[in-house]
Amino acid sequence: MSALSKRGPTPNTLVGQPVERTEDLRFLTGKGTFADDYEPAGALHAVILRSSVAHGRIRRIDAKAALRIPGVHAVITSADVGHIIPVIPLRLAPLEGLDKYLQPVIAHDKVRYAGEPVAVVVADSRALAEDALEHIELDIDVLDPVADWHVAEADRTILFERNGTNLAVRYTVGFGEVDDAFTSAEYVRRESFRAHRHTAAPMETRAVIAEWDAGSGRLIVNAATKVTFFNRRTLARMMDLPESAIDLIEIDVGGGFGVRGEFYPEDFLIPFVARKLGRPIKWIEDRREHLLAANHSREIDCELEIACKRDGTILALRGKIFGDMGAYIRTNGGVVPAKAAQFLHGPYRIPAIKIDVAAFMTSKTPVGTYRAPGRFEANFFRERLLDIAARDLQIDPVTFRLRNLITEAELPYSIGRLVPYETETAFDTGDYHAAFDRCLDEFDWKSKISMQGRLVDGRYQGLAATCFVESGGAGPRENVRFVLESDGAVTIYVGSSALGQGIETAFAQIAADALGLPFATFRILHGSTTFVREGFGTYHSRALVMGGSAVLDGAKHFAAAVRVAGAAYLKCEFEDAIFAEGHVTAKNGSAISLARIGSLAASAGKPLQVEGTFANTKRTFSYGAHAAHVAVDARTGYVQVLDYLAVEDVGRAVNPAIVHGQAIGAAVQGLGGVFFDHLIYDADAQLLNASFADYLLPLATDFPNVRGVTLELRPSPSNPLGAKGAGEGGIVSVAATIGNAVAAALTSFGVEPNELPLTPPRIWRLVEEARRRKAVAAR
Amino acid sequence: MKTRMRVNGREVEVHPEPRTSLADCLRRDLGLTGTHLGCEHGVCGACTVIVDGAAVRSCLMLAVQADGNDIVTVEGLGDGDTLGPLQASFRKHHALQCGFCTPGILTTAHALLSEEPDADSDRIRDVLSGNICRCTGYISIIEAVLDARAAYRRPGAGK
Repeated sequence: MSALSKRGPTPNTLVGQPVERTEDLRFLTGKGTFADDYEPAGALHAVILRSSVAHGRIRRIDAKAALRIPGVHAVITSADVGHIIPVIPLRLAPLEGLDKYLQPVIAHDKVRYAGEPVAVVVADSRALAEDALEHIELDIDVLDPVADWHVAEADRTILFERNGTNLAVRYTVGFGEVDDAFTSAEYVRRESFRAHRHTAAPMETRAVIAEWDAGSGRLIVNAATKVTFFNRRTLARMMDLPESAIDLIEIDVGGGFGVRGEFYPEDFLIPFVARKLGRPIKWIEDRREHLLAANHSREIDCELEIACKRDGTILALRGKIFGDMGAYIRTNGGVVPAKAAQFLHGPYRIPAIKIDVAAFMTSKTPVGTYRAPGRFEANFFRERLLDIAARDLQIDPVTFRLRNLITEAELPYSIGRLVPYETETAFDTGDYHAAFDRCLDEFDWKSKISMQGRLVDGRYQGLAATCFVESGGAGPRENVRFVLESDGAVTIYVGSSALGQGIETAFAQIAADALGLPFATFRILHGSTTFVREGFGTYHSRALVMGGSAVLDGAKHFAAAVRVAGAAYLKCEFEDAIFAEGHVTAKNGSAISLARIGSLAASAGKPLQVEGTFANTKRTFSYGAHAAHVAVDARTGYVQVLDYLAVEDVGRAVNPAIVHGQAIGAAVQGLGGVFFDHLIYDADAQLLNASFADYLLPLATDFPNVRGVTLELRPSPSNPLGAKGAGEGGIVSVAATIGNAVAAALTSFGVEPNELPLTPPRIWRLVEEARRRKAVAAR
Repeated sequence: MKTRMRVNGREVEVHPEPRTSLADCLRRDLGLTGTHLGCEHGVCGACTVIVDGAAVRSCLMLAVQADGNDIVTVEGLGDGDTLGPLQASFRKHHALQCGFCTPGILTTAHALLSEEPDADSDRIRDVLSGNICRCTGYISIIEAVLDARAAYRRPGAGK
């Protein structure tokens, strides 16, 4: 804060305080503006006809009967889009070869998953459009579906004939002498694991509301979020418009968790139809559509081997990651399998590692990112294997981890290039041992461990503790613009998006402290492409790290600009002007208020405004530990979570209430992912979940005992706030911890829960199988 | 069909199609967009409003069925820009993040505390188990409702 000279603002201490959120006032009173709350005058409503077939060739689409219905305006198919159907580009993780599997914005020759858009129906109302949709005759030659990656690998049915294979990508990463380590190790163990397909399911479904002004050639799209600038660039190319002709507007967003705000087919189709018909078009997804059409995630299989010394020192990890990518590669590219491979390493000293990654195309909804993509899976695989190894070696699992956990003296710790499209990764700062110790203390591990494996009131008690390291804060930049209003208020426009995190509050805290002004001075406007020249959005726990740091930079420039303006009005030298407590004061004691400067600047037609930016390609690495205590009913397979604790060092918590809320919310989402959420396909690649009645999510009664502890032990060295991404540490290790706790509870049976979800039937079956094995052995 | 109801203390007359849900009627005909639709099949609870004192999913009730009813939506829980006690408690306890499910949770909790101002945490959890929240993990929501109970114990309170 050098520019805010020593004589600068009176320091506030809002950063670090659980300031009540600005956003809450409108959300609590029903005054938010979510997607469906916005409707341009004269809007028509669109619904999407989706393929009911998982794999097939489109023969004919007959919309004549639908078009005869009064109030129906159009049925748009690929023929209306043109000879060349645009494909949705990669935004992230461009593994070689993935671009051969990109999704066309509308199916034209083939359909490759049930739910793929085939036509857009436009009518006076959504209900009418839905009625009309039923009258479209869609004739598809059904082809054999590719139901999972095993079927895909056989390449008997090929989804993209021109590619000649269903293999999307295959590569190997690693370092060290892995095979030698396994040959000479005193102990080796190999296991197979599976993380199942599930997804974020935010409470608000997706929406696109497009308005085309033919006169000015401008397109306005409301309800955009997450990565609006990338999406605008993409849309501009597809629609052959300059980027400057398109505004993507972010209004209130009912949750994202990675899924919402990526560029989907509808993000092209609705603006396209708006331009074609010259009418505003509104499309709101329904829940069944959301389950079919929005990104799925997580589906990863893993074979993992560990080599150790007899004392538990890890010598090497060797593994295979198999990703089921669904029918197309969407914007997130290979993030899920690539990160599942990279994060197998975890916060441990691993001298040698080798991971083969293979990702396949199947006849399912495409896969994208969901909170802690790849990490949730990888930590489950690794931490399960660590507990199995510890038990084999008769070493206490905590001791086993402490023996291998990276020490602070070893940081920064390089894990090399475990991701082909990234440069070398090194964990930055931290005291992994301190976080683990804190987790065990807070959990009262020492006294609770006496319960391990015991049968209490008919249920087996299990405890587990796991460690993680998590990346966040992706670059390359974020930008802000400060505007001094005529009443002395300061509007800060940011390139970050808000999907419920509370950045309007956190960014105002940062700005208020930096400028020594009251919190209420600031109004944060976010996400829309009209606000800053270039923005990068909200994902990878980056909004606070990157956007917050850009706010700090903007504040520095704003203070300087205010001093320049104040000095000019006061007719003194810049050096003699002090900006403090909302006033610029000259040496002679004359002063001018911020409000006065604002109003003078406004009436001169030159509002005072400055830009701020923060550029950084170094990621932040939060870390921590989770612990769980469960009770398992071996007769029913039902698991009760008696206590769950997530501990994470986030470097610096700008608003501890928000950070804590992220931790608890993420942990409960993770528990849902362990026990409930499951996108189930049948052998014909038909999704069987059609509603929230059969896609189960955690309810208020399910996990009442979840705790979070936020640590601020080691600030990030790569941003001025010292903050590390804090949105995902609460979920990363949940499957790992619960999996191990259930295994610990059922040790007497020899049950290894290596496949998710841990539903009662699955656990019951594992127990029954274990019993049968024992009975056979005893014979 | 002509339908008369009392919404947030105001008499209104609307003419919805027979198939229009109460939720769509409140949102479109009356502009009360605080009531949100998260699933449209009665599972998520986001659209919950209070009908004659009972928490009801407005996506599962037809507008015409509400003829003659007294309805309270989230817009009726506070007094203009002043938060009601339940709303203030939600803010204090950070019991919301994206805010999409919040109106349905507030109306459900308001209906509960109006009847049972001494509801314990188990009872609150049980009643709120019909409302899905994806952001908070519910812990802070339960704390907020517990903390708001005092305001409902006074006569005429909670309004």
